[in-house]
Amino acid sequence: MQSLVYILPEIFLFIVATVLLVTGLFVKNIRLINSLAIFSLFVAFVLILNQPFQSAFLNSFVVDEFSLVLKVMIIVGSIASLIMFVSSKDDLNINVYEFPILIIFSTIGMMVMVSANDLLAMFIGLELQSLSLYVLAALNRNSLLSSEAGIKYFILGALSSGLLLFGISYIYGFSGNTNFNLIAVNINPESLGLIIGIVFVLAGLAFKVSAVPFHMWTPDVYQGAPTPITGFFALAPKIAAMGLLVRFLFNSFGEIYIDWQQIIFFISIASMMLAAFAAIAQTNLKRLMAYSSIGHIGYALIGVACFTDEGLRSLLIYLMIYLIMNIAVFAFLLSLKRNDGYFENTSDLSGMHKNHPLRTMLIALIMFSLAGIPPLAGFFGKFYIFVAAIESEMLFLAIIGVIASVISAFYYLRIVKIMYFDEPKEEFDGSSIKSLNLLYYPSSVLIIIFFIYPSPVINISEYAIQSII
Amino acid sequence: MSEIPILSILIFIPVVGIFFMLLIKNNDEQSSQNLKHTALWITFLNFIISLSLLFSFDLNNPDFQFVEKYSWIESGISYHLGIDGVSILFVILTTMLVPICILASYESIIFSVKEYLISFLALETFMIGVFCSLDLVLFYLFFEGGLIPMFLIIGIWGGERRVYSTFKFFLYTLAGSVFMLLAIIYIFISTGTTDVETLLVYNFTSNEQLILWIAFFTSFMVKIPMWPFHTWLPDAHVEAPTAGSVILAGVLLKMAGYGFIRFSIGFFPDASEFFAPFIFSLSVIAIIVTSLIALVQEDMKKLIAYSSVAHMGFVTLGIFTFTVQGIEGGIIQMISHGIVSAALFLCVGVVYDRLHTREISRYGGLVSKMPFYSFSFMIFMLASLGLPGTSGFVGEFLVLLSIFTVNTYFAIFATTGVVLAATYSLWLYRRIIFGALIKDDLSEMFDLTRREIIIFVPLIILTIFIGLYPKPVINIIEPSTEKIVNQIKMKLD
Repeated sequence: MQSLVYILPEIFLFIVATVLLVTGLFVKNIRLINSLAIFSLFVAFVLILNQPFQSAFLNSFVVDEFSLVLKVMIIVGSIASLIMFVSSKDDLNINVYEFPILIIFSTIGMMVMVSANDLLAMFIGLELQSLSLYVLAALNRNSLLSSEAGIKYFILGALSSGLLLFGISYIYGFSGNTNFNLIAVNINPESLGLIIGIVFVLAGLAFKVSAVPFHMWTPDVYQGAPTPITGFFALAPKIAAMGLLVRFLFNSFGEIYIDWQQIIFFISIASMMLAAFAAIAQTNLKRLMAYSSIGHIGYALIGVACFTDEGLRSLLIYLMIYLIMNIAVFAFLLSLKRNDGYFENTSDLSGMHKNHPLRTMLIALIMFSLAGIPPLAGFFGKFYIFVAAIESEMLFLAIIGVIASVISAFYYLRIVKIMYFDEPKEEFDGSSIKSLNLLYYPSSVLIIIFFIYPSPVINISEYAIQSII
Repeated sequence: MSEIPILSILIFIPVVGIFFMLLIKNNDEQSSQNLKHTALWITFLNFIISLSLLFSFDLNNPDFQFVEKYSWIESGISYHLGIDGVSILFVILTTMLVPICILASYESIIFSVKEYLISFLALETFMIGVFCSLDLVLFYLFFEGGLIPMFLIIGIWGGERRVYSTFKFFLYTLAGSVFMLLAIIYIFISTGTTDVETLLVYNFTSNEQLILWIAFFTSFMVKIPMWPFHTWLPDAHVEAPTAGSVILAGVLLKMAGYGFIRFSIGFFPDASEFFAPFIFSLSVIAIIVTSLIALVQEDMKKLIAYSSVAHMGFVTLGIFTFTVQGIEGGIIQMISHGIVSAALFLCVGVVYDRLHTREISRYGGLVSKMPFYSFSFMIFMLASLGLPGTSGFVGEFLVLLSIFTVNTYFAIFATTGVVLAATYSLWLYRRIIFGALIKDDLSEMFDLTRREIIIFVPLIILTIFIGLYPKPVINIIEPSTEKIVNQIKMKLD
């Protein structure tokens, strides 16, 4: 019974989601349900901040600094996508009250993921999260693309869960434990079975963070899913899966890091390079953002591959900046609306600085930030990643990283080019939506002024990692 | 020391200006005129403040002055500003050229005026920051940050092939600089700091020096630019609006030369000595090859752009002699080129505004219609080819003097560059200004307007003043240069 206190935020959200599910049957006001969901996420946010650090359920669920910071980021991402939902639900044909509820369920799953210290807890969290996401991806039933995205995501996701479970069974079989700490204690560095297990689990997790070579679903799902959901995909699940990956690798297999380091090394390089080249050919903004997120995950994985304090710190800094930049980008995408129709091709942005000067200037700066040009926040994310890489003598990763960032600068610049250099089109009317501006302006201003006082983000990251190493 | 953080004020006045600009509406002729006036006054104010640097600058002190230091990112990386004799003139050059640029854009920029001026103000912040920062991360921040406004200036208000040029400019310089970033990070990790003052007295092992030197070199080589990585420059110059070319030639190229002096030879003297013959070869090739290329250009801006590459060849020659004359010559050459090439681009801008072509063959015989213009153009042309009595001579002379003491062969080849410079400059002048005025559309040409005279007069005065009496300039530069040279000698022994 005592243990239940340690999962209070999760339980609270679960009760809220269930109650809302029933309420939704009778109350047809989707806006109200959405507001309640946002409010309860805020409450969960406060509950998380006030939780004691403890491990529960035979050490299979831990609440520590690391999980706290990641949960806060996840909740921010969830709230952001709920705000995006409310601003676009009518036009996108996703006017269903299940949306906020599914987001909450998925958030619970992600909160379990970042706290999981046991293979089974990890799997439960992962599946709760994934199942909600499968439904969300296919939410727009009238759209062929959305249904396709849902099915694709479901089939590949189920496959990856299968791989993950297969890996878990190997790890359990060859170590005799499912708890991360106990695995670490009883680890047999010589065991080939364990390595096979790690490879399969990593394959499953790489699917969730959409790292190359398990990225194939990303562009299709990003494009097909309704934009608020794409935003959600880009924000929260990546962070949760990254946190899970870190805890899984660092807590249980820290001793044999040499073995998994090369795997992360490879998928990091592959993600950065593939994304840099593949994104150049994209004409759909959501597809482009999909490749962009693949690339960013590649950079974040450098932080994991380092297996040092510095690496972990840089990973968290990177994820935080990534979160803020993506909130701005997706809020921007949703404002590309004219006469109830949404636009998501790069050519639709053509010359938009004529009609929306301030908005365009900010998104152009966000693009430069995504490309990692100083003095914007994206640069600092990359800077810390490279510091970590060079410190752990992974110069090769750093060199590939900078080369990929130069190549990827090209496609970010192309967006700036289209917005500024090309002939203007009609005005977008979505820019007057207040709730979107609430997301868009603060996040882009944060990105721009980040360099003046970067210490808070760095301190939070340092605070978070103390429980891992 | 003064209590006022004057360098920070210089850096952030344009930022404050940007906020003002954002508040002004831009919907009609009148308001865009207001925007231009506001920007002009802000930058002019900045220029006046930067002049006060000159008065309170201690000429006998070779160390950094007006120092500001606050903790910034973490221990080792701080917000550290300061200037010495090497950098002060670049700061003033920057603050002087920006108002001139804005004045020059009064009539040629007609759409998106607000964005244009905001880009220029942001660019000024970054440029001043580069010359003031005494921390490598801060330096990199300003050095790279300047790419964003420049990308927009060329891309939005440029000529026909502006998209190609601006992408080339951005990606070339970015690709060059990222390796410098890795080098900076390596320095940070191995020494625990990126503070320039600390690093100037730090001794890197010779292996480290070689690698780090190459990393810094790739960045500066692209930016200055040296042959064979100069190809972005003519494209960028040709497509950029007049003011963009002015600032590109006037200040952006100097960032790299400044970087060579401050970082390459300051931090890595062994490697610099090792690579000096390599630099000399590249410089001499640049001087001769780009001068020859300049000879056959049909486009005025392209010709001046290639001549910039040749002039920058003299700068690198001087810097890597490690002599006081050489480095001084390099700095004066940069200052002079900053004034003269900026003025030449303005000259091109004047006729371009009237006839909307830069093709040399479309002009001829302008002297009869535009006497004042011809006179100013002549002064700058002669300064550019290094005629004694103009600022161009002082720098070139000091550089050639120093290179003769180091290596005669390089000196001989470099001197041929002076002859070639005279050839292409005078020939350009002849084709545009002299001859008979036979082309019909030229009969409509009118002489300099009052606004244009205001732009040219200070530049002419400076060109001639530095040429006839370079002593004050040398007085400013000398103590710090001597200190740099002594430091290098000490490290090399």
